[in-house]
Amino acid sequence: MSISKNRRRRRRYKLAVWKFASCDGCQLSMLDLEDELLMLADSIEIAYFLEASKSVVRGPYDISLVEGSITTDKDVDRIRKVRRVSRYLVSIGACATAGGIQALKNFRDNKEFLSIVYAKPEYIDTLDTSKPISEYVRVDFELRGCPVNKHQLLEVISSFLNNKRPNIRSHSVCMECKRLNNVCIMVAEGVPCMGPVTHAGCNAICPSYRRGCYSCFGPSESANVASLVKRYRDMLDEESIVRLFRTFNAYAEPFREVK
Amino acid sequence: MNHEKDKGEVNGNKDKKKESTRVKDFKVEYLARVEGEGAMYVKITDGVVKDVRLKIYEPPRFFEALLRGRRFSEAPDITARICGICPIAYQMSSIHAMEYAAGIRVEGMIRLLRRLVYCGEWIESHALHVFLLHLPDFLGYASAIDMAKEHKDLVKNGLSVKKLGNDIISIIGGREVHPINVRVGGFYKAPREYELQQLLDRLDRAKDTMVDIIGFLARLEYPDFERDYEFVALKHEDEYPFNEGRIVSNKGLDIEVKEFEEHIIEEQVEYSNALHSRIKERGSYLVGPIARYNLNYDKLHASVKSISREIGLGGYCSNPFKSILVRALEILYAIEEASILIKKYRMPDDPYVDVYPSNAVGYGCTEAPRGILYHRYVIDENGMIKEAKIIPPTSQNQKAIEEDLYHFAQRYVNLPDEELVWKCEQTIRNYDPCISCATHFLKAKIER
Repeated sequence: MSISKNRRRRRRYKLAVWKFASCDGCQLSMLDLEDELLMLADSIEIAYFLEASKSVVRGPYDISLVEGSITTDKDVDRIRKVRRVSRYLVSIGACATAGGIQALKNFRDNKEFLSIVYAKPEYIDTLDTSKPISEYVRVDFELRGCPVNKHQLLEVISSFLNNKRPNIRSHSVCMECKRLNNVCIMVAEGVPCMGPVTHAGCNAICPSYRRGCYSCFGPSESANVASLVKRYRDMLDEESIVRLFRTFNAYAEPFREVK
Repeated sequence: MNHEKDKGEVNGNKDKKKESTRVKDFKVEYLARVEGEGAMYVKITDGVVKDVRLKIYEPPRFFEALLRGRRFSEAPDITARICGICPIAYQMSSIHAMEYAAGIRVEGMIRLLRRLVYCGEWIESHALHVFLLHLPDFLGYASAIDMAKEHKDLVKNGLSVKKLGNDIISIIGGREVHPINVRVGGFYKAPREYELQQLLDRLDRAKDTMVDIIGFLARLEYPDFERDYEFVALKHEDEYPFNEGRIVSNKGLDIEVKEFEEHIIEEQVEYSNALHSRIKERGSYLVGPIARYNLNYDKLHASVKSISREIGLGGYCSNPFKSILVRALEILYAIEEASILIKKYRMPDDPYVDVYPSNAVGYGCTEAPRGILYHRYVIDENGMIKEAKIIPPTSQNQKAIEEDLYHFAQRYVNLPDEELVWKCEQTIRNYDPCISCATHFLKAKIER
């Protein structure tokens, strides 16, 4: 990954990191790049990253990383402003790309949700839904995962800085398992696994730890959900099948159809 | 209150000037170097602090509601998503609650691995705060990246300690953020001895690094600021607490985990998306590293105690700015503890025990890096969650943070505005507040 290439440029690119409804885990992944962080900071200007810095450099920004989903009216305005000041906008993580775990409320009654957590729901300003960034503004790239893979994050940043398409594969987790020579836990042990319909990127960690994939990365390209559901029916009752799809990427297109 | 404030910003100042009163409003709309989104507001009239507020506008995500109707076994993975910085804490509190509900105690190597993975999280989370979030305040930099220009080795060493914590989590948990290997009853797969033993050399080196760094931190300048807090932490008979113990305080609280809600109540305030906690009889209290340290000093390793004596801290700290020292000492403790645990570890035959709670209530409370994290679940006859209650450390600290702000701003009211705002922000950062956790949980503002 040739971050250093930018050093020769006259102007350093400006990077901004924005947070919406989320757990902070995806932007933390950037600080988790312990070996690369200082090098990265040398080659780009970290112009807006509140979790890491007090100083704020004014936009426009060359690349904006957006974490979190849109759940309030204010955030709808804010994401539009972010779009206006960003040359490239990359949404990172399951919240930003699919609405996150909080999008489970899209399937339920919001008022009921509010009153379960807060004694005085009238103090809380919230939309009825949690939706991905792409529902509100144009997004230049979506990096999946709950959380994102930090090495993929670095690949995305350096690719945009070098004007190339990020090398992020959109096939399923099954391919990663095969490459690791994992024995299929669904075939061999009858463990329900979402690998066949899940976007690659984690390097098949769950099957490698002998548990079924639970789809942190959401649907893979052209995921055949109906076929997998049919296979699940040999192992699980209907409610359990729906619950499998109702997690961190529940609101992603083919998953939300499972009812 | 909120409305008053908003008016104050626009009209209030002018009106008050007519009465020849000096009102100053300090606002920091987006607090930096904290996890999540919050704001600070301080109002000073004629040199007297009139109002302070820690406002949390991180949008709520309703975890307690969306847990209803989920199977007990899903709680560790779902609640981990409350916080990307301390997912292990959420996983540990939830699994202990589920095991309590099933009437099962998990011992042996599984218990050891849980302690070890928690060591990893303390190291990672504390190192993030000490080196990247808190230390720039003391040395006068906007960020660790700016600080690295003049203190490169310090930042590099800090990052290497942080990485070590992350590597412990990754080996046991599969990855550093939202680990996948933790389950109710134990782990999906137990690591082999050699996978952990390869960390021993690095742990030894990190220990030396931390001893040097603690010496450096001890020479920093600390504001003269001490308060009489009620410290609350877990206390275990023979260990510095991670997963087990009674909940105790320095002012007489001594209860079992299941009695938590009888003594501690949560209140909602209009200006914040985070609920405030207080002890029924006495009010605000403080959880986290200082509380743990003061209540469990005798359980630290002799070597950690000797260093704390050397730097003149001893067994008691009531200056929240010195929390950076206590965090560093806890990193040192966790490094040593991790070495000890790894040397004792033998891969178990079964990585987990079967646990099936039904028709029961489960309580769990563990020591997250930021303090005690309480979970309660009501489980129905089919193992489904009927009700969930989660009380994160930052919501418990909110009142103490506001009181600190009040007293600090009052004592240093004559500092120039810019310096006072920075110091007030630092007063908040002392707590390493995790706003993502507490929302159901920073910006800063001072008004004069």
